[in-house]
Amino acid sequence: MAQPRPVELHNVTFAYGEGDLRRIVLREVDLRVEAGEIVLLTGPSGSGKTTLLTLIGALRAMQQGQARVLGQELATAREAQRVALRSRIGFIFQSHNLLGFLTARQNVAMALELQGGFTEAERLARAADMLSAVGLADHVDKLPAKLSGGQRQRVAVARALVGQPGLILADEPTAALDRVSGQEVVHLLRDLARRQGTPILLVTHDPRILDIADRIVAMEDGRITQPSSSAA
Amino acid sequence: MNQRLRKPALQAEDKGLAIPAARRPPGALASLGLAIRLAWRQLKADRARLATAIAGVMFACVLVFMQLGFKGALFDSATNMLAAMRADLFLMHPMTQASFRPERLPRIRAWQSLADPDVTHAVPIYLEQATLRNPATGTRRSAQVIGFDASAGAVAFTGLPPLIEALQRPDTLAFDDRSRPEFGPVGRLFRDNGPYHLQLGRRDFELVGLVEIGPSFGADGNVVMSETNFRRVFSRAPGMADLVALRLTPGADATAVQARLRALLPADVVVLTHAELVRGERAYWENGTPIGFIFLFGSIMGLVVGMVIVYQILFADIAGHLSEYATLKAMGYSNGYLSRVVLGAAVILAIIGFIPGLGLSIFLYDFVAKATFLPLHMPPDRALSVFLMIFAMCFTAGLLAMRKLRDANPADMF
Repeated sequence: MAQPRPVELHNVTFAYGEGDLRRIVLREVDLRVEAGEIVLLTGPSGSGKTTLLTLIGALRAMQQGQARVLGQELATAREAQRVALRSRIGFIFQSHNLLGFLTARQNVAMALELQGGFTEAERLARAADMLSAVGLADHVDKLPAKLSGGQRQRVAVARALVGQPGLILADEPTAALDRVSGQEVVHLLRDLARRQGTPILLVTHDPRILDIADRIVAMEDGRITQPSSSAA
Repeated sequence: MNQRLRKPALQAEDKGLAIPAARRPPGALASLGLAIRLAWRQLKADRARLATAIAGVMFACVLVFMQLGFKGALFDSATNMLAAMRADLFLMHPMTQASFRPERLPRIRAWQSLADPDVTHAVPIYLEQATLRNPATGTRRSAQVIGFDASAGAVAFTGLPPLIEALQRPDTLAFDDRSRPEFGPVGRLFRDNGPYHLQLGRRDFELVGLVEIGPSFGADGNVVMSETNFRRVFSRAPGMADLVALRLTPGADATAVQARLRALLPADVVVLTHAELVRGERAYWENGTPIGFIFLFGSIMGLVVGMVIVYQILFADIAGHLSEYATLKAMGYSNGYLSRVVLGAAVILAIIGFIPGLGLSIFLYDFVAKATFLPLHMPPDRALSVFLMIFAMCFTAGLLAMRKLRDANPADMF
């Protein structure tokens, strides 16, 4: 073993339901994400890629196999350890899920409130800086309702990145966006992650954004079918 | 390349805001402050919902205050007569439960108590109900007649001392100026025209002055007269009194005298201080009647309705923001933090609902007191205990609403 990888999965199997209704969604999955690497996970719906993402993000308890994310062993992790791990991961969802009663800047600053050592002014300053990095310098004090879909998703990107996470997990971040703003969002995400050296694991159906990947992993029927092909 | 050595990038770096070396969670107090701030921001965002919540808490607050106020006022007024009858010690028959229905005690016990060197005066008091004719309309209404020898100075009604001499004349009485207005403008006519005749029972009396006692549960008004005049109206066994007031030498230790009299007197009297006498009368109304329970029930209903309203508001706030709450969980916010947000909202509602509720209640106390002549006022300990009730009400609503947080599952977010 050379150096610790941000994500290292071995033989992960996962099923929903019990008894006759038991449905296996992940079968003996092995997956690695190297430091600073941008990995796209593609595959038809129902192939298990979203379940894989929730396991890596410590949002679900593991069932079988080994997984180590940012140094945390997940198979044995307790709820408190999973909660702590989540704060070191930046999540980007299909919908932006911003708090409607907070301004863009306050939403981004929420990601910093879990970390000690910042004053309120520092949190807001960092949030404003991150918002200008995603091109929203003029919109820091707007409520999400006053922003366009693409702008909201860029606020979500800023929120995921502001805490300088060890890993970004994104699930169909462009699904709700048109082509142009979808492209903008993922390119911003890629550029900022590259500057921070943050690895990204991104689940997508969207063929228009495959160009940001270092590596594309395809899944089908709970298995990884195309383990390690390099992107064009 | 070790991921810990990654370049901390971006403008934040340029401004010299260094990221802390190790990630440690903020202190418990800071975290609580942030949770409460989030709760407030969320409440504030929906003005209509916030107004509904405040109105709900205010409603509960005012209802409880009014119930407690009426209860306190009724019990205060129930004891008006005895409370106004200030003397150092009292003798009463042990079976007397309330002053409107006294058990008579032998008058000789009054003279026996004079054996104690510290007892200077012993004054038998006679109580009866009789009708008093309204001087304006001629209608009759039942009043409490209190007969005793005022010259001994043992019984101190406000306004009585200047009338002592006049009350010793035959067929004279003093009227309680705080009696209910149904007796007519007795006090006003006296102040305007001086003494005049009033009919009590079938007998004409001369009204010689006004005292201040106040209506009780048992009587709408009070009339004070001398023992001699009392016996002219009511034919009663001469050896029996309803109550005995004792006056002690100035500076005498009332409790020591009370203990000595208990040893001295037979078991057909009890020796009470003024406070004990009033407390006993109040206890009769509190325990011997369903009045206390009725007001308790009303208070509980107010709190239950308030709790349901606050619960609904908090529940709707969580249900309407499930995906946002789930996102916060995905970002690393613990269940405990989100629970504190919900409880924080509950506590905020308790405080911002209580303050206008208290103000409105004080206003209503004043308004109702003027309309009903009930002694409604706001003692600080009542305000405090109602605040604690409202706090508990909101907190319980918060605890119930918190269960909805379980539905915010971050694994469902993808």
